[in-house]
Amino acid sequence: MIRIVFTIIAGVLLGGVVHLVSVLALPRIATQDAYSRLTSMTKLNTVTALPLAEPGNAPMPFMDPAFAVAICRYDLTDGALKLTVPVSQAYTSVSFYTRNEVAYYAINDRSAGRKVIELDLMTEDQHSALPEDEEVTAADRLIIDSPTATGLIVLKALAPEPGLMPQAQAALAASSCKLQTEPVPVKQPEPAPAPAPAPAPKGKR
Amino acid sequence: MRLIFITLLALALATVVGLGSTYVTATRGTDLGTLTIGAWTARPKSGSAEVDPYSRASIARSGELPIGTGDGIAFSATTDDKKKPLDGRCDVVVSGVTPAARFWTLTLFDRKGHLVANSLQRYGFTSQEIVRGSDGQFEIRVAARARAGNWLPTGGIERYALMLRLYDTPVGVATRTQRDAPMPSISTVGCP
Repeated sequence: MIRIVFTIIAGVLLGGVVHLVSVLALPRIATQDAYSRLTSMTKLNTVTALPLAEPGNAPMPFMDPAFAVAICRYDLTDGALKLTVPVSQAYTSVSFYTRNEVAYYAINDRSAGRKVIELDLMTEDQHSALPEDEEVTAADRLIIDSPTATGLIVLKALAPEPGLMPQAQAALAASSCKLQTEPVPVKQPEPAPAPAPAPAPKGKR
Repeated sequence: MRLIFITLLALALATVVGLGSTYVTATRGTDLGTLTIGAWTARPKSGSAEVDPYSRASIARSGELPIGTGDGIAFSATTDDKKKPLDGRCDVVVSGVTPAARFWTLTLFDRKGHLVANSLQRYGFTSQEIVRGSDGQFEIRVAARARAGNWLPTGGIERYALMLRLYDTPVGVATRTQRDAPMPSISTVGCP
């Protein structure tokens, strides 16, 4: 009898461990999370407009149907990303998510304070590798550190009335996110070898 | 023989208890870090890097993207003020005022987060399109059949959830009570 009680206690305690491990592991093993859902319908390091949220074909649950939404799925391994979003009439926001959907940064048009939201997104390593002497530009550049190399940027523009949806979509269509090639010093050695073997092709031809 | 049986029993029990409790917390959510005002519940930390592991698990499971803290906050309600589950066949009135925010939207979803089809193609209201009384208060009637004023169709589904999202708002992690954030009341006024 005491053995059975002991077994049950051991099982429940072990179950607690299983519970904690599985809760912590779930974001990593989930296959229907937002990033996985959006991977097939978005291009890497490019702004892709999502279809409007409608019954039956919403890309994600609990999407706000009053918003035009565009996604920039990013991968920073080849350099930093430059994001430019023109502000729409009503309300525009930019939210940053890691690969596992942690919202680590979000900004709206008012806190950006300009007609165009301009941001540089880079990993912490790329940020610390930036040259220090860029004091003049540092004031106008908003630099965001991404905790992970991959993730999602969600651009949203509000259509306060259904008739204003085309304008909100147009504002997002004019936005861009692209990899920066020049100002990352880590990448400088790579363009250099390209012109260097110029004499070599002569021999090949 | 008996030792093997007891070990297997303990392991089986551990699997059932562990995965079962994970399933329940990831599906229904926990009360960790929730802000409840009336019938409305929000998780202000879900939109920041300090999100708790249970919220992360349920976000990963449902496939949604939580609204970022610098963007706004989302309140959801699945019951009325008297804890009666929201029923799409009944008439439900959402009335009063909303907390300070540049914009807000009120949207009706089914319990899995899908919009509910209706002939008007109306899935919610924004703060700009709502018709208000002279005192600035509004009244939204959530019902299956057409109603005068601000009518939000339910499509007659049995259970639904209302989501009130505030954009560019001071409401957030520091908010505690109804006084900081006066949320609209939800009341069921009639069931057929």
